[in-house]
Amino acid sequence: MAMIEIRDVNKWFGRFHVLVDCTSAVDKGEVVVVCGPSGSGKSTLIKCVNGLEPFQKGEIHVNGISVGTAGTDLPKLRSHVGMVFQHFELFPHMTVIENLTIAQEKVLGRGRDAARDKGLSLLDRVGLTEFADKHPGQLSGGQQQRVAIARALAMDPICMLFDEPTSALDPEMIGEVLAVMQDLARDGMTMMVVTHEMGFARNVAHRVIFMDQGRILEDATKEEFFGTPRSERAQTFLSKILSH
Amino acid sequence: MGYNWHWGIYFDKIKGGEETYLSWLITGFGWTVAISLCSWIIALVLGGLIGTVRTTPRRWAVRLGDAWVELFRNIPLLVQFFLWFFVVPELLPEKLSLWVKQEMPAKEFITATVCLGLFTSARIAEQVRAGILSLPRGQRLAGLAMGFTLPQTYRYVLLPMACRIILPPLTSEFMNVFKNSSVAFAIGVLELTFQARQMQEDSEQGIETYLAVTVLYFICAFVANRMMVWIENRTRVPGYITAAK
Ligand SMILES: Nc1ncnc2c1ncn2[C@@H]1O[C@H](COP(=O)(O)OP(=O)(O)OP(=O)(O)O)[C@@H](O)[C@H]1O
Ligand SMILES: [Mg+2]
Repeated sequence: MAMIEIRDVNKWFGRFHVLVDCTSAVDKGEVVVVCGPSGSGKSTLIKCVNGLEPFQKGEIHVNGISVGTAGTDLPKLRSHVGMVFQHFELFPHMTVIENLTIAQEKVLGRGRDAARDKGLSLLDRVGLTEFADKHPGQLSGGQQQRVAIARALAMDPICMLFDEPTSALDPEMIGEVLAVMQDLARDGMTMMVVTHEMGFARNVAHRVIFMDQGRILEDATKEEFFGTPRSERAQTFLSKILSH
Repeated sequence: MGYNWHWGIYFDKIKGGEETYLSWLITGFGWTVAISLCSWIIALVLGGLIGTVRTTPRRWAVRLGDAWVELFRNIPLLVQFFLWFFVVPELLPEKLSLWVKQEMPAKEFITATVCLGLFTSARIAEQVRAGILSLPRGQRLAGLAMGFTLPQTYRYVLLPMACRIILPPLTSEFMNVFKNSSVAFAIGVLELTFQARQMQEDSEQGIETYLAVTVLYFICAFVANRMMVWIENRTRVPGYITAAK
């Protein structure tokens, strides 16, 4: 059974049809890159997966649980779906370690010490142990994004969603974040990643989804996608993105 | 100018009584502080709640909050004092109305506190709302994405930052409460302004009277200001630049 299953999803913002008949699936352990021009609905689609955006038609199942159905315990579902944002969205008034422990304690009900140990070991994993007691504002963008990934991992997620995790970063910091993500992928994490980093897609992804104007135009293995993308839109998009 | 300076007036006895004028001023000061602090607490609790509710996805609650703010900030404070004192008791059920008018203890004080508290709550609600809305939209999403419920997202993510951001305007609101409490003299609360008018009429030493009153109000506002600045410094977030907003 697929970890994330998206079936005929349609969404409107008022009269604007943002998502049109979107269907796809992400298997357990699979890394899927979502790309497409600005405004094509990538962020909207990925936010539908953990119910941050409601949708009007279709179905999304995460680990067998229906997201769009009334009565679903969305907080519980989200607590084990990690999400990483373009602008990090660390909680600025908390120290780094508090950022990593607060939801473990308040949502999962873990004890203080257990949460702290978990947080510290994850900080170690992303190479930021010495920043545990700093505040997010005292870290560089790349460091903040690594903390944000660690924060999501602290909840023991069954899958991870990334919405352009590197596009707000200075070029020299992109590598450190991609390295952490690559590491995650190698460990078998199920990942859905909105990104324009085609190097990452080539190296790490199993499949690539290409979106345009709310539609999924391509949903292919990485080899197929980079070999012979079928739609003309995807071809132009690729040539634009790879040329700079 | 034929004004008779008399700096010892504070220690003189009032006409036909045993008290000194100073004791009048001190009583007045006490009531001013009591009204101000009590209405400040009411205003913080209600204003915090209403301001927060106005940023939730609950449409009807948002409208109710908007209406509250419009109601209390569009009527002059003095008129509000009169409304609470003369009109509201008449609108109550008969028995309650009678009790309020004839038996309620500290009627003037309670009326003034409720009135000033609600008036200020509307202003605080407006600031709390603005504070929450000034946060990046992603903060709410990040809170929810962690598995927090909406109330938890407010409690742990949005309100702590919003409160820090609105501390400067809250400071001036806190100082305003002390100043606005002077309007309560109009319904007969024996607060500082009321006592001052009484002292001035009784002693005819207007300058000394109002000088003392000025100093006392100044002290209130000054202490209020210092307290808020202290809180501001205590809660400052390292590395967070508010000016960038
Ligand atoms: N809350 C909203 N209300 C109305 N329209 C919205 C809202 N959020 C997004 N949109 C619109 O929906 C469309 C898709 O937005 P979305 O953010 O999903 O695009 P995207 O593919 O992530 O683009 P980008 O690469 O710029 O992040 C855009 O045209 C956007 O203007
Ligand atoms: Mg986007």
